[in-house]
Amino acid sequence: MSAAIEAPERAIWLAAARDLRLGFRSRAELIQALVFLVLVVSLFPLAIGPESAILKRVAAGVVWVAALLSVLLTLPRLFSADHADGTLEQLVLSPYPLPLIAAGKILAHWLMAGLPLSVIAPLLGLQFGLAGEELVVLTVSLMLGTPILSMIGAIGAALTLGVRGGSILMALLVLPLYIPVLIFGAGAVEQVMASIDYSANLSLLGAGLLFGALASPFAVATALRISLD
Amino acid sequence: MNLYKYAAPATFYPLAASLWPWFAGIAAVLAMAGLYMGFFVAPTDFQQGEVYRVIFIHVPAAWMGMFIYLVMAGYGVMALAFNTRLSAMMMQALAPTGAMFTALALWTGALWGKPTWGTYWVWDARMTSTLILLFLYIGFMALNNAIEDRRRADKASALLAIVGSINIPIIYFSVKWWNTLHQGMSVSPTSESKMASIMLWAMLTMTLACWMYSIAVALVRVRAIIAEREAGADWLQGSKL
Repeated sequence: MSAAIEAPERAIWLAAARDLRLGFRSRAELIQALVFLVLVVSLFPLAIGPESAILKRVAAGVVWVAALLSVLLTLPRLFSADHADGTLEQLVLSPYPLPLIAAGKILAHWLMAGLPLSVIAPLLGLQFGLAGEELVVLTVSLMLGTPILSMIGAIGAALTLGVRGGSILMALLVLPLYIPVLIFGAGAVEQVMASIDYSANLSLLGAGLLFGALASPFAVATALRISLD
Repeated sequence: MNLYKYAAPATFYPLAASLWPWFAGIAAVLAMAGLYMGFFVAPTDFQQGEVYRVIFIHVPAAWMGMFIYLVMAGYGVMALAFNTRLSAMMMQALAPTGAMFTALALWTGALWGKPTWGTYWVWDARMTSTLILLFLYIGFMALNNAIEDRRRADKASALLAIVGSINIPIIYFSVKWWNTLHQGMSVSPTSESKMASIMLWAMLTMTLACWMYSIAVALVRVRAIIAEREAGADWLQGSKL
């Protein structure tokens, strides 16, 4: 840690590129999360019946809840492998700023979990009878909302690193904090279905995204330092 | 007088021992006064009848539930910024009391709602956000319990309390807007804002009683936490307190 490193902001791209490369080498896991999403969404018509009016009414909520759960299941991937083989300690010790490394890992997580999920969501919406603008708003709300899920989730994942019963505990910590994202995301779709102006909900998601992008890397870095102390 | 010396568990332990009976005593006196005013002095509500009297415990419990979470987050900031062990112990000591008051607020709210609104539960903005607050308390206690290493558990739960407290207003407003989107506020807990002044006084007295009770219980609990963690320390061996 002698000389000041050049261009510390490169840490974001370096960390993201590394995680993406590792992620694509185990593609099966990425696809499994998507299959899980489709599976969970498919359970709802079986549970509440095939009437298309009811299904259309609950579509946005179902897709959003399934997206929440799918992201939740992928959260351990953020840090646990790096924690197990000691890479995480090296990252914490590296001369690059830890918040930027955390931001890179969050970015990679979103690209591998939230983005594909948002891309296939219109397909699921179609199955539930959504159409046209409703599908667009569903996709946009997921695109804006899922990065926030990755950010909040990263804090939970970092806090519960190596803790026994970690995954249930993480769900307990993270899901209450996800509620505003769920409300604004599903709310935007509900509003477009009711032909009300939905821009407020999308703006709130955007505001959350910006605030999260500024605050969450520092919170994640603090949490990682606590966990590796 | 240097108050900072009480940041050390060894000096706070006897201080807490001498303080908690006072707070407990004040709480008991205030609770008796508040309950007397609430049950015998305050008139029967002409709309709701006798059932409205549950507010004398319901409203203080709801306030304390929110307030204690903020106090915990404040101790969390101190624990992370100054690395003081006692702040983290106070957080841990406050959490069960905060969760208890939040649960009490939900429970008494349900008991009040059945005769008044005709249902134990509606997805009203306040009730929903109180329920989420209870989940935040449970998450805090679960994280604190799950981590073996005390230092790490302290700091991790401090960070969680801070993140949670930033989220509380966001959760509150999101739930509020979600609620107005879905249903008109046909029933609202704010409708009794024009209450008789004796009712208000009874409620404020009960709030103070709950506040003093929280302090007393937190002090007793923090003593237990100190005794547990410092069991091997020399200063504790000869302590009779």
